[in-house]
Amino acid sequence: MSILKKALTTAALASVLLAGAAQAETKRIAIVVKALGIGFFDAAAKGAEEAAKELGDVEIIYTGPTDTTAEGQIEVINSLIAQKVDAIAISANDTDALVPALQKAMERGITVISWDSGVAKDGRLMHLNPSSSPLIGNTIIKLAADHLPEGGEVAVLSATSTSTNQNVWIEEMTKVLPNYPNITVVGTVYGDDLADKSYREAQGLMQTYPNLKAIIAPTSVGIVAAAQAVTDAGKVGQINVTGLGLPSEMAGHVKSGASQSFAIWNPIDLGYAATMIAYNLNTGKATAEPGAEIPMGRMGTAKLDENGEAAMADPFTYDASNIDQFSSIF
Amino acid sequence: MTAHTQGRVIPDRLTSPLARALRSWEALLLLVAVAIFIANSFASPYFLDPWNLSDASFNFTEKAMIAFAMAMLIIAGDIDLSVASIIALASTVMGAAALAGADVPVLVGLGLGTGLLCGAFNGLLVAGFGLPSIVVTIGTMSLFRGISYIVLGDQAYTEYPKGFGYFGQGYVWWVFSFELVLFAVMAVVFGLLLHKTNFGRATYAIGNNATAARFSGIRVDRIRFILFLLTGLCSGIAAVCLTSRLGSTRPSIGTGYELEVVTMVVLGGVNILGGSGSIHGVVIAAFVMGLVTFGLGLLNVPGIVMSIIIGLLLIGVIALPRLWRMWRK
Repeated sequence: MSILKKALTTAALASVLLAGAAQAETKRIAIVVKALGIGFFDAAAKGAEEAAKELGDVEIIYTGPTDTTAEGQIEVINSLIAQKVDAIAISANDTDALVPALQKAMERGITVISWDSGVAKDGRLMHLNPSSSPLIGNTIIKLAADHLPEGGEVAVLSATSTSTNQNVWIEEMTKVLPNYPNITVVGTVYGDDLADKSYREAQGLMQTYPNLKAIIAPTSVGIVAAAQAVTDAGKVGQINVTGLGLPSEMAGHVKSGASQSFAIWNPIDLGYAATMIAYNLNTGKATAEPGAEIPMGRMGTAKLDENGEAAMADPFTYDASNIDQFSSIF
Repeated sequence: MTAHTQGRVIPDRLTSPLARALRSWEALLLLVAVAIFIANSFASPYFLDPWNLSDASFNFTEKAMIAFAMAMLIIAGDIDLSVASIIALASTVMGAAALAGADVPVLVGLGLGTGLLCGAFNGLLVAGFGLPSIVVTIGTMSLFRGISYIVLGDQAYTEYPKGFGYFGQGYVWWVFSFELVLFAVMAVVFGLLLHKTNFGRATYAIGNNATAARFSGIRVDRIRFILFLLTGLCSGIAAVCLTSRLGSTRPSIGTGYELEVVTMVVLGGVNILGGSGSIHGVVIAAFVMGLVTFGLGLLNVPGIVMSIIIGLLLIGVIALPRLWRMWRK
């Protein structure tokens, strides 16, 4: 290659880069979720759009795989790296498997944070928990215990056995179990966040434990499936389904009595806060380091602990008194 | 004699090889691939970037490695639905060994060895005991992954030695990743094996008529057993690459790969009932699937729409030649 050619190529490359820089006035923030078509994440995307509108110069790319697999999310991450987005805020299907792909994204100058379901420390700048895990663990068992003054047997219907967040919550729940001496947790089953499998697992629980008094499903797919299974088995009033769910999907079951109450943080707030943090980190208005306080707009500030994690807010309980108000929102 | 044949042309040979190649499935598929490539480069400014295309190749390389062996197995009239579960089991064995302090060559050996053992188990049940392959491998699909779930539960193996990352994240030269080069090498090896050896011809013969093949002296059961071994080995290779790329092992690793592999094989023109198909068809099909998913990914098309498009593509490519023939009649 002659010197002239080299010079020309360099010039061409430089102009392409400059053109790219000129276009990059609007920040493109990708909200990557576990899988598309889940109400919770659609609500989070709504919150992200709200943050984008407030910030003005932000474009939201709401994306995710079809199935809740790490492999699918890596394909999504690769295509986002290719599009040279400014930031990726991800709810991970796997704590560890996404790390190499997200490290590559960070090497290429993309701001990476995780929210809802976290990525291992090396794969992100920080992680935003919707709430603190101990609080959630306590809330889900408390929801069950509040409606069981006499005590009794309860069982857990979780998502996949590899879901980061569900596992942590169940662990925290187990820690506070001694505070509820009348309550016995008889088992944990996994519905893989699939409606049909969760339904079958709930049926299995009712058959295995005839004295079952409550099913705790800390997943928005599982809680609906369990409530449906209890309704179909004619056990409304005998078995209370509780846990974490979406008001719009649970409204019917709360009214029928299959579920007395359940909890969830506000996913709109979560998507909003994640977007605000991604924007502030990307524009250099804040840095992710232990002890740092990152502004989240109307949600206040997120204070990072030594693992680079922060909690947004406490979970909120929904029951017959407020379900109508929230079921139209998400 | 001259009077009888007047007005009728009796061919003295088949249509020319070139004409046949042009009318073949592979030509149609290649056309589709080129069309997708051109459409993608117009649809997204990010498509024609060597590094982006290199990243995109990871979407299909591991599945394609299995698809080569799967193509031969399907041509011979069998199928292996346990390939994704073999990945999970091989990955689990490697993860356990890595935790115990095994170094890279031992890990690779264990991954490939586990693949071979699983393949041998399938092969023994199908070729040895004469059980239907679809039933056997649906069973082993649950069995192999089930073992991983028992071993790992909700845990993960993440302690892989540093050098192990090369297989799934390393580059041989410039943008050509180790996986892409391995994919190319395996394509050549399997292409030669299927199209240039007695073994390959025997594979077609078994798929067309196993009884006739047996009577003409082909060791049918031995070849079917070897094909299962090969599929197991290729799943082991894919397990090494995928585990290295993810840097960790969970029992859910590679979930759903079996159907994507079979889709790739069928899209590549392999007759699902056995007897016909080619490796170059599978190679083109791998690129078609990779290009479609990556191109749509760049446009941030939701994954479910991608699945619909792949499905339509599959039906379209299968239906088109048949419709074309009906129309010509």
